[in-house]
Amino acid sequence: MTALQDRAGTKATDRTKAKKISPWLVVVAGAIIVVALTYTLPPFRTYQLATVGAYLCVTAGLTVLTGLNGQLSLGHGALMATGAYTLALWQNKFNLLPVGILVAVLVTTAVGAVIGLAAARLRGPYLAGLTLAVAVVVPSITSTFDETFNSDQGLSVMLNPPPESMTNEQWQAWLCWGGALVTVLVLALLTRGRFGRDMKAVRDDETAARLAGISVARTQVAAFVVSAACAGLAGALFAVIAQSVSPGAFPLTLSLFLLMAIVIGGLGRLSGALIGAVLLVALPAVAHEIGEAAGSQRLEGNLALTFFGVVLVVVMLAAPGGLASLRVPFTKSIPFKKKGH
Amino acid sequence: MTALLEVENLTVGYGAAPVLHDVNLTVEPGQIVAVLGANGAGKSTLLRTLSGLLPPQTGSIRLDGHDLRKIKVEHLVRHGIAHVPEGRGVVTELTVEENLRLGGLWRKPQPSLEPIYELFPRLAERRRNEGHQLSGGERQMLAIGRALAAQPRLLLLDEPSLGLAPKITAQIMALLRDLRDRTGLAVLLVEQNVRSALSIADQGVVLSLGRIVTRHDAATLVDDAELRHAYLGF
Amino acid sequence: MDRFVFLTFDGLSRGAVYAAFALALVLIWRAARIVNFAQGAMAVATAYVGYSVADATGSYWLGFLVAVVAGLLLGAGVERVVMRFVDHSSPLNGVVVALGLVLIIQGVLGMIYGNEFRPAEAPLSRDAFEIGGIALLSRYDLFVFGAVGAVVVLLTLLFTRTPTGLRMRAAAFAPDVSRLLGVPVGGMLTLGWALAAGVGSLAGMLVIPTELGLHPTAMDIVFISAFTAAVLGGLDSPIGAVLGGLLVGLLLSYISGYLGATVAPMAVLALLVIVLLSRPDGLFARSKARTA
Repeated sequence: MTALQDRAGTKATDRTKAKKISPWLVVVAGAIIVVALTYTLPPFRTYQLATVGAYLCVTAGLTVLTGLNGQLSLGHGALMATGAYTLALWQNKFNLLPVGILVAVLVTTAVGAVIGLAAARLRGPYLAGLTLAVAVVVPSITSTFDETFNSDQGLSVMLNPPPESMTNEQWQAWLCWGGALVTVLVLALLTRGRFGRDMKAVRDDETAARLAGISVARTQVAAFVVSAACAGLAGALFAVIAQSVSPGAFPLTLSLFLLMAIVIGGLGRLSGALIGAVLLVALPAVAHEIGEAAGSQRLEGNLALTFFGVVLVVVMLAAPGGLASLRVPFTKSIPFKKKGH
Repeated sequence: MTALLEVENLTVGYGAAPVLHDVNLTVEPGQIVAVLGANGAGKSTLLRTLSGLLPPQTGSIRLDGHDLRKIKVEHLVRHGIAHVPEGRGVVTELTVEENLRLGGLWRKPQPSLEPIYELFPRLAERRRNEGHQLSGGERQMLAIGRALAAQPRLLLLDEPSLGLAPKITAQIMALLRDLRDRTGLAVLLVEQNVRSALSIADQGVVLSLGRIVTRHDAATLVDDAELRHAYLGF
Repeated sequence: MDRFVFLTFDGLSRGAVYAAFALALVLIWRAARIVNFAQGAMAVATAYVGYSVADATGSYWLGFLVAVVAGLLLGAGVERVVMRFVDHSSPLNGVVVALGLVLIIQGVLGMIYGNEFRPAEAPLSRDAFEIGGIALLSRYDLFVFGAVGAVVVLLTLLFTRTPTGLRMRAAAFAPDVSRLLGVPVGGMLTLGWALAAGVGSLAGMLVIPTELGLHPTAMDIVFISAFTAAVLGGLDSPIGAVLGGLLVGLLLSYISGYLGATVAPMAVLALLVIVLLSRPDGLFARSKARTA
């Protein structure tokens, strides 16, 4: 019976969603805003804007995976590393950026498919543990194969200079937001259709989904693959912005930051992914300024870390249903659940 | 003589539709009170509220005149109440002996388990077995034995006959009556099996859709054909 | 052959630490159905405290003791202040909160102590004795075996021979019934977290001198290895955790010894994947494990 209610609930949310504005409109509006911003913001802010765009690619994919499909991945930092290193290796050999980005996405998608196949058979803490292991171990591969990846120093990324009419920052922002808006558009269209319904059905009740003729494993793997592709794109864009890649840029904490971003933004909502992406850039910037004001280098990065942690814990404790309740829109209240049945 | 357990105007529920409505009930020392009623009448809710697992909306529960709601669930045994929950509540991962020890663990010094084993020789034979290896009847014996290890004054029993063969049910009922006679134990017995419950009860209370619809001496309930037809359906 | 013998003993010594750490994970899993992903960070935090005390007083052993006690307190505190208030209707909630704690602990440690590796000296010689020309064990290895062995024995006695142990097991298996029987379930949960974190801190103190030293992320790989060990043992089984720990230790020792130390992390990941996909209930599962 609960399964039926869940299905009904899912349909109800779909109906309200259908009234929302078309994603095409959102993307066009977003593009206009970004272009306008790149001509008004100072270079450093434009650079930050670019970073938000790159983060948005991965948070959007992750929020679909965790929020709509209920799979918790701590491995997306490692998937970003995969995309970034692929792009670096490609550029240093062929120096053909558009193809390089595409290759980075494809390679990460393939890696994501492998992890996703394993992930589809795992639940709860087991899945978290496996993806955590991926996040911790993958950066160390750069030391295992140091001839290719050059260990902790990493690789620099060969890039052509931007078109003469643009500053470097403007070019970066356009590139990253181009990627981000395409990602958002694709995800919005995907999740509106059958795929979105299937993901939610699997998240809500696997048995009911199976009875409704949905292939649970295929849906889960597909969700993982889609979100991996997003992470690969984000990684490639970060490699372009930083013009270098190194394992230090993709620590476990990056994966945890991503998790925090989507939890705070509101799981399963692309607007939440945008909020998360902005926070990922804004909070460290604030921490940086506090650190500078206090004259302490130690404070800088660690203040952001602590802050992210506190926010994550507080949000999880304050939201009565935790992750589960965060996935419904804020306007819809869920019945208070009795503790200790 | 003050009542051992006194329940007044008890209303319990999860929101608008209460599961229990305005329930009044007393249990005297040495008395067996049977709470009868169909599935969903609110019998288990009553017991769970009495032992503090569920919070009541309104009403009072008093033990020896003291407010029971102020007592934490884990302190209930110290006040002489033992609750055998529905489905028996045997900790299946622990052995028979460990389950029994658990019952008397709060007493210092810890009581000997020998009297329990005398009461239930079957448990003595199986003392090294884990709970999940026991049959339904053995589990029921274990649950009751464990409650008795706490040496309670009031036993709250939730559907002891559930899933048991009639012969075993009869044994358990006889045992309860025997205990009451020997030790003055009071029992609040929740049952769907009306006949066996009334065979040992002093009083019968019939619960329907969360309300007490009638209350009589057990003998009256059994003998009066009209009452029997109206409330008990036999 | 000499090398094989040496690597075997080295692996057992590493494995003993993984066993202790895996045991700590299993303790909390059994008590609260949470995999404590913050355990590595918690152990590092108490190791920093321990080494600070050791530096200040000049006594390693006092520092060791303080670290373990700090672990007990931190574990109790984490349960009382944070974990108790987590909604457990989804198993993901506990995981996310634990990961939030990881960020907080690593951030705070970084602010206080900085993000450089700090040397952490072993209290005893790590040079192996040679018997008949074959390097076997160091004094430090013996200390590790002794400490982990003592923990395993003490925990076994606690859980099987004492009323408190019985209460803890009952509270974990059947909380509602246990409360009716007079068991303070909340207190048992706090105690379980305290014990687990204490054991985790001990494991942290034992492993840190054998690695690169103190660093906020020093236990990340150790955590993964211990998690693998715990899963290998079935996550529900203390004995399984100990055996799993020894197995993982041996495997990593051979792989580091014959293929190079940089391969070891990948080997852990590979092992974890293989175990999760082929024997998700663990190698030693007698009956089917409870689902989370």
